[in-house]
Amino acid sequence: MPASLAGATGGRRGRRAPVVGAGAFGVGGRVRSVIGRISHIWRAAALAVLPFLAAPGAFAQTAAQPMVGAPTPWGMGLQASGGPIKDAISDFNTLVFWIIVGITIFVGLLLAWVLWRYSAARNPTPSQTSHNTALEIAWTVIPVLILIVIAVPSFRLIYYQDRARDAEFTVTVTGHQWYWNYRLPDHGNFAFDSRPVYEEDLRPGQLRNLEVDEPLVIPVGATVRVLTQGVDVIHSFFVPSLGVQKYTIPGRTLETWMRADRPGTYYGQCNQICGVNHWFMPIQIRAVPREEFEAWVASARTRFAHTIPGNEAPALAEGAADTIRIAAARE
Amino acid sequence: MAHAAEAHHDHHDHKPGFVARWFFSTNHKDIGTLYILFSLVAAIVGVGISFLMRLELQQPGMQIFADGQMWNAYVSAHGLIMVFFVIMPALIGGFGNWFVPIMIGAPDMAFPRLNNISFWLMVPAFLLLTASLFVGEGPGAGWTIYPPLSDNAFHPSPAMDMALFALHLAGASSILGAANFITTIFNMRAPGMTLHKMPLFVWSMLVTAFLLLLAVPVLGGAITMLITDRNFGTAFFDPAGGGDPVLFQHLFWFFGHPEVYIMILPAFGVISHVISTFSKKPVFGYLGMAYAMVAIGVVGFVVWAHHMYTSGIDVDTRAYFMAATMVIAVPTGVKIFSWIATMWGGSLKMETPMLFAVGFIFLFTVGGVTGVVLANAGITQILHNTYYVVAHFHYVLSLGAVFGIYAGIYYWIGKMSGRQYPEKLGKIHFWLTFVGVNLTFFPMHFLGNQGMPRRYPDYPDAMWGWNLISSVGSYISIASFIFFFYVMWVTLRRGEQAAPNYWGEGATTLEWQVSSPPPFHTFDELPRIR
Repeated sequence: MPASLAGATGGRRGRRAPVVGAGAFGVGGRVRSVIGRISHIWRAAALAVLPFLAAPGAFAQTAAQPMVGAPTPWGMGLQASGGPIKDAISDFNTLVFWIIVGITIFVGLLLAWVLWRYSAARNPTPSQTSHNTALEIAWTVIPVLILIVIAVPSFRLIYYQDRARDAEFTVTVTGHQWYWNYRLPDHGNFAFDSRPVYEEDLRPGQLRNLEVDEPLVIPVGATVRVLTQGVDVIHSFFVPSLGVQKYTIPGRTLETWMRADRPGTYYGQCNQICGVNHWFMPIQIRAVPREEFEAWVASARTRFAHTIPGNEAPALAEGAADTIRIAAARE
Repeated sequence: MAHAAEAHHDHHDHKPGFVARWFFSTNHKDIGTLYILFSLVAAIVGVGISFLMRLELQQPGMQIFADGQMWNAYVSAHGLIMVFFVIMPALIGGFGNWFVPIMIGAPDMAFPRLNNISFWLMVPAFLLLTASLFVGEGPGAGWTIYPPLSDNAFHPSPAMDMALFALHLAGASSILGAANFITTIFNMRAPGMTLHKMPLFVWSMLVTAFLLLLAVPVLGGAITMLITDRNFGTAFFDPAGGGDPVLFQHLFWFFGHPEVYIMILPAFGVISHVISTFSKKPVFGYLGMAYAMVAIGVVGFVVWAHHMYTSGIDVDTRAYFMAATMVIAVPTGVKIFSWIATMWGGSLKMETPMLFAVGFIFLFTVGGVTGVVLANAGITQILHNTYYVVAHFHYVLSLGAVFGIYAGIYYWIGKMSGRQYPEKLGKIHFWLTFVGVNLTFFPMHFLGNQGMPRRYPDYPDAMWGWNLISSVGSYISIASFIFFFYVMWVTLRRGEQAAPNYWGEGATTLEWQVSSPPPFHTFDELPRIR
């Protein structure tokens, strides 16, 4: 695992400052990549040219303070990073970003030069050159080389992202119109719905359109296998700050994984059109210290005891009955 | 028809009466004109919807749309209208019909009556799609109409059937048109017009026609299965009956990815002509340019699943589609650099078509490099379906294909109407459009990076800033679109009489050898090409 991650991030690992209390594989909690710092310096320039600023925000996250994985006002780059997958995506994105900025500037300068130098006023007699074999070979081969530079780390990245090798536990995510259902089969197999909080019910400091009533809770540093399932239409389980996205498709179970190395709250939203409330089925994941997670599991197992198969209470609210029927059908 | 009164020297040039000429038309130039007018009308609807969308997104909260379903329906209609009823009719039906026969020295298209039905299928298709917005819950499944959302369980009203039937009609129109173009180009070239002497616009139309012929039937199959799933109890895409929703995605994108090249290749052709004309130079690397388009067309058929990186396809499959997708950057790069090399050493006159062409090169480069970013499944894991994708495809379509359309209109309006546009107004239109569309679509890269999903009528408050800028940009774009109609009105009312070759020595293709507008029957005898 550490080897594959080091590969995925293009061997720049050695230059990164390790942080005390980082995740089990020493990849979590790191502060900023070197390229990230460079991009900070060049930020002003980048704003003027192409702003796909790759570095996860320009603000260092320390391991101590809980982070918020959410969009920021006037944010231009990718969201802040909460775990190793997103770190790897950010690093690779930074590489690609600077390559495409370079290409765009190169083409822009070429165009500007040509427009200036060969304007009808400056160059009244046009040449009739229409072939240059060396040039044509060059502009075929050089892009191929650039693509190879991109492709090698890109392949490493997708194999790293694909699935967890040593997952600590599994979460089954089911997309519903229009809420999420999470089941933790390795923690007593309880399940619960996670529904959006309406604007009028928001408490101060809560984020409109992002807050849910029952966030999914995971322990910091744990590798979590995510299985996505669909029951009605296709939804997409999408948490940018953890670098994870997978459709939830009826009739299929898809696998991916995630890990939060920094405690905090990570927000996401449904990312596949799914009907009238497509825009209002947020995802909220809280990454907490392990003791806190154990406490949450204990309480959730009690609160959602009726969702454990074979444990159904006789009289249930309508929504919960649905959950059970669906769960039973799947079991 | 302001010029109809003008005395034609060619007294054999008898035109049929109004109804026979415009409703039963078999003349490629008249059908081309009909396509362009149709595209402009559809553009008013498509752009109008985008105006409503940007009004809604200008600030957080729900403003003008009743609910998310109405929003979804309008978003879907915007996409379908722009793709099938604005860009394709303008570039393929419009410029293709007008100039492919003239450029190859053919008297008309190979199948003139097929040409007529191709156009008239578009009208009911467009009416069906537009009307579907006002039926039931509307066709709110996105332009990709993925089941199960597009199944009758989730879209029970006839609106979705109307949209699907509209696609069927538009698809039939495209297939017939494609067959017509291929036959025309292969069989009706004037003596001496070998394939390797064909103007690049004709090459672009040839490749486009093959893409249409091979891709659209796949869409036809997919939506037929969807229609039977909806109405006749089949379960092609329903897992409860042994079907598979992902199968639809494969079929849709097997069509959908070639479709994006169908929209951009004709624009490539137009841009090549414009660049060459205003540089007073032949196109650099003609063969490379022609075969780059062929390569884009071929490779375009084997990259479809890069639209499905998060649909659970196997990681090895993703690796293949990633590699194949990146390959497309190579022929595209060949085209960009060849255009610049065409300008290199030339004698550049920056008139309106050339402004749009140069704008096209730069903005298509921006849209192209973000395409390289999105080709990487690793990054697309968090950019898929976000505004980054919206920004990317509007850069290549709204700023690519549409700039190609504008370049073509300003380049050929004198030829088509006999009246030249006012240069100053054309330049104002270009700059308004350039500023407007960039202001609209550039901030969408930031929104996508920040994780804003597409097809959202409301968003977290932190995303307000860039959405506001984008909306302001779209208002400028829409003003420029209205201004464009004014420019066209001035052109047709008061434009100067256009000479046969009003661009001078740089314009070398056959359409510049005939009068402006060309006689009703372009060639009394076939031209000979040396």
